[in-house]
Amino acid sequence: MNTGYKTQKAISSIVVNGILTIICLIWLLPTLGVFITSLRNSQDIFTSGWWTVFPHKENVQSAEIKIDPSVNVDEPIQIEGITATFEELRQGVTLPDGRMLTWYGNKRTRTIVVTDEQWVGFFSKPLTLENYTAVLSGKEISFTDAGGNKIVRKGNNLSDAFLNSIAVAVPATIIPILIAAFAAFGFSWLNFPGRGLIFTMVVAILVVPLQISLVPILQDYTKLNLNGTFLGIWLAHTGFGLPLATYLLFNYMSTLPRDLLEAAFIDGASNFTIFTKLILPLSVPALASFAIFQFLWVWNDYLIALVFLGDKSRVVTYALASIVGEKGQDWHLLTSGAFISMLMPLAVFFALQRYFVRGLLAGSVKG
Amino acid sequence: MQKPQEKTPAVAGILGGLAITIGRILISLFVPIITFLVLWQVFLFLRDSNAPQIVIVLVAIIWGVAGVAILFVVSNWFVEQLPTVWSRRLQPFVYIGPAVTIMGWYLAVPVLRTLVLSFKDDIGKNWVGFDNYIFAFTDRIMLETFRNNLLWMVVGTFFSVGLGLLIAVLADRTRLESVYKAIIFMPMAISFVGAGVIWKFVYTYKGEGVGIQEIGLLNAIVLALGGQSQPWLSIPPWNNLFLIVIMVWLQTGFAMVVISSAIKGLPLELLEAARIDGATEIQAFFKITIPYIKGTLLTVTTTIVIFSLKLFDIVRVMTGGNNGTNVIANEFYLQRFTYGNTGRASAIAIVLLIAVIPVIINNLREFNKDRRAF
Repeated sequence: MNTGYKTQKAISSIVVNGILTIICLIWLLPTLGVFITSLRNSQDIFTSGWWTVFPHKENVQSAEIKIDPSVNVDEPIQIEGITATFEELRQGVTLPDGRMLTWYGNKRTRTIVVTDEQWVGFFSKPLTLENYTAVLSGKEISFTDAGGNKIVRKGNNLSDAFLNSIAVAVPATIIPILIAAFAAFGFSWLNFPGRGLIFTMVVAILVVPLQISLVPILQDYTKLNLNGTFLGIWLAHTGFGLPLATYLLFNYMSTLPRDLLEAAFIDGASNFTIFTKLILPLSVPALASFAIFQFLWVWNDYLIALVFLGDKSRVVTYALASIVGEKGQDWHLLTSGAFISMLMPLAVFFALQRYFVRGLLAGSVKG
Repeated sequence: MQKPQEKTPAVAGILGGLAITIGRILISLFVPIITFLVLWQVFLFLRDSNAPQIVIVLVAIIWGVAGVAILFVVSNWFVEQLPTVWSRRLQPFVYIGPAVTIMGWYLAVPVLRTLVLSFKDDIGKNWVGFDNYIFAFTDRIMLETFRNNLLWMVVGTFFSVGLGLLIAVLADRTRLESVYKAIIFMPMAISFVGAGVIWKFVYTYKGEGVGIQEIGLLNAIVLALGGQSQPWLSIPPWNNLFLIVIMVWLQTGFAMVVISSAIKGLPLELLEAARIDGATEIQAFFKITIPYIKGTLLTVTTTIVIFSLKLFDIVRVMTGGNNGTNVIANEFYLQRFTYGNTGRASAIAIVLLIAVIPVIINNLREFNKDRRAF
């Protein structure tokens, strides 16, 4: 009875782990493909799938046979001990010893390619960082396409875009936190007329879709000459991030013990001192969760960058999307570009996993 | 008898007090103005300068962050110079003022402005009545976007929540739980544009011909199974499903984490009792676990439905809304930025807003129920 229960448990554990492993593999495979592709030579990328870097059997050309001009190719041809028509040879004929004969091109070439199935080893072709230097560079770059032709074009300057993304994301994270922290302190600890009503408004606009704002705000930006400026996009991200930030920080700060503030008041501390010396340090967990959420939101944002920043200071998502648009088949640039855009979020993810999950969950309601 | 000497200090005191107050007010006005001017000059430098990228970036970051901090410190200092009564009355507004102003400008007022614009023509000049709404609800393209968004909301949400639930329940029984969960959650970290590139590569199609090797994973699998390679993203209506796969890939991690923490709160005695009563694992799951986490499932579903309603980046990057894959948010973008029709774009934005109104009402209700501090 006991052993039966144990084996049953072992079997169910294997089944559960098996299912999860399969799901996880499916989840990882697309990203793995992009990662491997980004490290391959551009010509290899266009001519073979990324999975060919793993050991597999491949038809490798071992010889080439020229057919004598005297042979009539419209009739079955005797070759390497077998007889086959041109049509059959074009489809490929397998010899008894495993080799394969394939007619090359049209009838007039009179060429047959002999291929052999061979094991090709792990990463048989060298990996390269060329794609990364190419996509990061703003100068002319050259690469080899599927047909072996050399192509020269202007680089995508992703290094500039990376800097722009930092210039957008850092202030667009800190500014709303600063403003929201003051506001949350005001809402949770100070008394003033209209407090409940104003905060109800904040809750109401939590999930308002930001499409609502784009048309009127763009009109304002055109008037104020803010289009394409860092200040413009910081303010936009601040505006769209504030309701959530205020709401989260309010929820946190209003749970801090009341006696704390009263004690500080009696000691004669001003509101400003209480806020900076007492409330802010105590709110670090909430501040950190929101900071991570907001940073990633801004870093990964495409719509707001597209609308308010545009081509003037391309951020990473914008640059990547424009490679897709202009050069949709340049997989060596797309894959390395995609990986560069993922570097920052993945670093944050692995370094601060707990805060990261907490922050993303808290931010899921954002409009 | 009054001595003049007694009067003089009093007058001098009043005059002195007045001078100090006026001086304080002047300085209080002067300092914010100077602060603002300095910040504005740096802004102009940033906007117009041709300095190296990295210099601009550094100055921008320091200026932006320090600027906001200084504005707070200065205005707080300004308020504290005022008489105590006024200082106490005004200080809360110094703290909440910037946040309320910015939220008002960026979200609250635009609701009304967009509403007004939605009744005007393409350049926002003449009134056109309900024309834009007639377009929004009857145009062939709009109907297509409604169909597609519905597909995203139903299919995408169903699979995200379903898979999230499955993985959460299964992972709960393994020792490698955190590893599995990290892998499934990872896509949440990357941008939709990045995810778009990843999946575009999976779906890529080269076509038929001698010597052509499919380099896209899906086509390679289909070929290996004896099928024919397909241009997956250009066959309507199925291409929508291939796009929805990307959303499921992104959102399952979110659903899984939320559901997982709800499952962890399930009292073990409940499950034990059910097992002792002879319930199978599956019965226990449907009769105990599911009812227990019902509220969480509802929250997750709502969140993902809203997400799929506003979905934009994936469609924009993958297909641009062509081949029958258009969605509401993309049509909004096209109307505003490609066709330059603010009226129609505004009407579409209002349609999106109307769709989330039930959630807004629910949020307000929940908030009113447990507002401790008010």
